[in-house]
Amino acid sequence: MTRGGKPRATGAEARALDDVGGAHVMSWVIAIMLFLTLLAGAAGLGTARAAGALDRQMAGRLTVQIVEGETQRRDAAAARVLAVLRTLPDVARATPVPQAELARMLQPWLGKDAEAAGLPVPALIDVDLTSDAGTAIARVGAAVTRASPAARVDAHATWLGPVGRLLDTAAWLAGAIIVLMLGATTAVVMLAARAGLEAHRATIEVIHMLGATDRQVARLFQRRIALDAGIGAVVGGTIAGGAILLVARQIGALESELLGGMRLGVGDVAMLVALPLVFVALAVVAARLAVLAQMRRML
Amino acid sequence: MANIVQFENVGLRYGAGEETLCDVSFTLRSGQFYFLTGASGAGKTSLLRLLYLSQRPSRGIIRLFGEDAVILPRDRLPGFRRRIGVVFQDFRLIPHLSAADNIALPLRVAGMAESEIARAVREMLAWIGLSERAGARPATLSGGEQQRVAIARAVIARPELLVADEPTGNVDPVMAERLIHLFNSLHRLGTTVVMATHDWHLIDRVPGAHHLHLEGGRLVDPEPPEAAFPAPPPPSTIVRSGL
Repeated sequence: MTRGGKPRATGAEARALDDVGGAHVMSWVIAIMLFLTLLAGAAGLGTARAAGALDRQMAGRLTVQIVEGETQRRDAAAARVLAVLRTLPDVARATPVPQAELARMLQPWLGKDAEAAGLPVPALIDVDLTSDAGTAIARVGAAVTRASPAARVDAHATWLGPVGRLLDTAAWLAGAIIVLMLGATTAVVMLAARAGLEAHRATIEVIHMLGATDRQVARLFQRRIALDAGIGAVVGGTIAGGAILLVARQIGALESELLGGMRLGVGDVAMLVALPLVFVALAVVAARLAVLAQMRRML
Repeated sequence: MANIVQFENVGLRYGAGEETLCDVSFTLRSGQFYFLTGASGAGKTSLLRLLYLSQRPSRGIIRLFGEDAVILPRDRLPGFRRRIGVVFQDFRLIPHLSAADNIALPLRVAGMAESEIARAVREMLAWIGLSERAGARPATLSGGEQQRVAIARAVIARPELLVADEPTGNVDPVMAERLIHLFNSLHRLGTTVVMATHDWHLIDRVPGAHHLHLEGGRLVDPEPPEAAFPAPPPPSTIVRSGL
C-alpha cells in the first residue's frame, strides 16, 4: 500500500504530459517578450542614468553673460562681476570663460576675428553654486545685476530642464513598457496553461481519478512551462544581450557627453541579468495559478 | 465484516433532466465481489462514477470507508481516490506512456520511490502476462492487452475497493474468462470488487459473488433475460439495505 506517502514529483510522472502540437511556442513567445523587455529595460536604465548625470550637471550651475558693445567696458564689468561673485557665500566657484575659447565656439557662425571686425562678443563667467536652491540663484542674480546692469544670469536648469524632463519621461515610459510586458507575459502563460490543461484534459482526468492532488497536476504544468520559459529566456536573453552590447559600443564611439551618461552600472546590469529569471519565475507562478484555478472546477 | 460502501436513497440527476439514479440503497461489505448488471442506460456507469468519486449525488447519503462522501471536502478526495482502483470501460490509458509507465502511475501519484515502483510494476506485468510488452505504447497493444494494462493500473496500489466498468466488454470470451480470474484472485486477497457487466454468464464464474441489478435507475431483484437464459441461474445473495 502506498497511502499516506508524501507525493514526490518524478521525471516519469512529468512525462504524463506529452508534447502536444505547439507546446514549445511558449519558448518563442517568452524569447520575444524577454528580448523586447530587456531592450526596454536597458534603454530605460540608460536613459535614467543620463537624466541623473544631466541633473547633476545642471544643478546649481549658472552662466553669467556680460553683453557690452565696447570691449574695455565689457572687460571692466566682467571683472567687477567676477569679484562680486567670489565674495558671495552662495558661490562655490566662479570661472571666466577665456575669450579665445569663446571666439573658437563662435567661429562657425561669425568667422575668425569676429571681435576685431567690430562684432559684439559677450564675456562669460561659469558659476558653480553651493546649492541648487532657487533662492540662491535669485540672490546671485541680484548681486550680479547690482555689479553690472549689463550682466545677465542664465541658470543651466532653465534651458536644459526640458531635456532632463524628456529623459525622465523616456525612462518612465521604459519602466511602463517593462511592467506591460510582464503583464502580457503573465497573461500569455496563463492562457497557455489553460489551453494545455484543455489539450491534456483526458490525461488530467485519469491522473485526477488516480488520486493526484491539484498541486501534483499543477506541478506537471509548472515543469513544462518552466522548461519552455527557460529555453525562451536563454534565447531571448542572449539575443538581447548581444543587441545591448552592440548599441553600447556604438554609443561609446559617439563620444557624446549626454549619451555617454547612459553607460549602465553594475547594478543596472545585475537587474537586466535578473530579468530572465524573473520571467521564468513569473511564468511558473502564472501557470500554477491558472492550473489550480481550473482544477478547482473539477470535483 | 465491515461495510465499505453504503448508499441510502441516493438520487442522481444530470442538469434538469430525469433522475438517472433514483432511491438507490445498498451496502457493500469489505472483501466481497459484486456484479452490477443492467441494460444500457440503466445507470450502471453513473452508479460507478458515484462509487469512484467522480460525481456527487443529487440527493441521499453515500458512506465510503466509514465517512460521508457527499460532504467530504474536496481536498480529501485524492486520499479517498487512492483507496479505489478504477477500470474504465474505454481503458483510458495514457497514449504516450508505455504499458509499464501507465501501470506505475498510481504509485507515482502516491509518491512511492522509483525502485519500489519498478519492482511492483515488474510483478504486475508478470501477473497480467505482459512482461515482454512493458515498453509498448497502448496503441501497439491489442484490445485485450490494453484491458489487462488498465486492470494492472487499477490494482497495483492494492486498492480497498476496485470498480470496473464493463471490463470484459471489449474482449473475446477466453480473455473475459482470464480477466475474471484476475479479478477473482484480487478479490481473494481482500479487495472489494464491483464489476459492471452485461454478461450474466460471468456471474457464475465467481462463486459467492453478489449481484446488484439496475433497471431505469432503480435497484431491483436480478432476473436474467429469458431469451439468453431459458433456465435462469439462481441469483446470488443480494445485499441491499433493508433486505
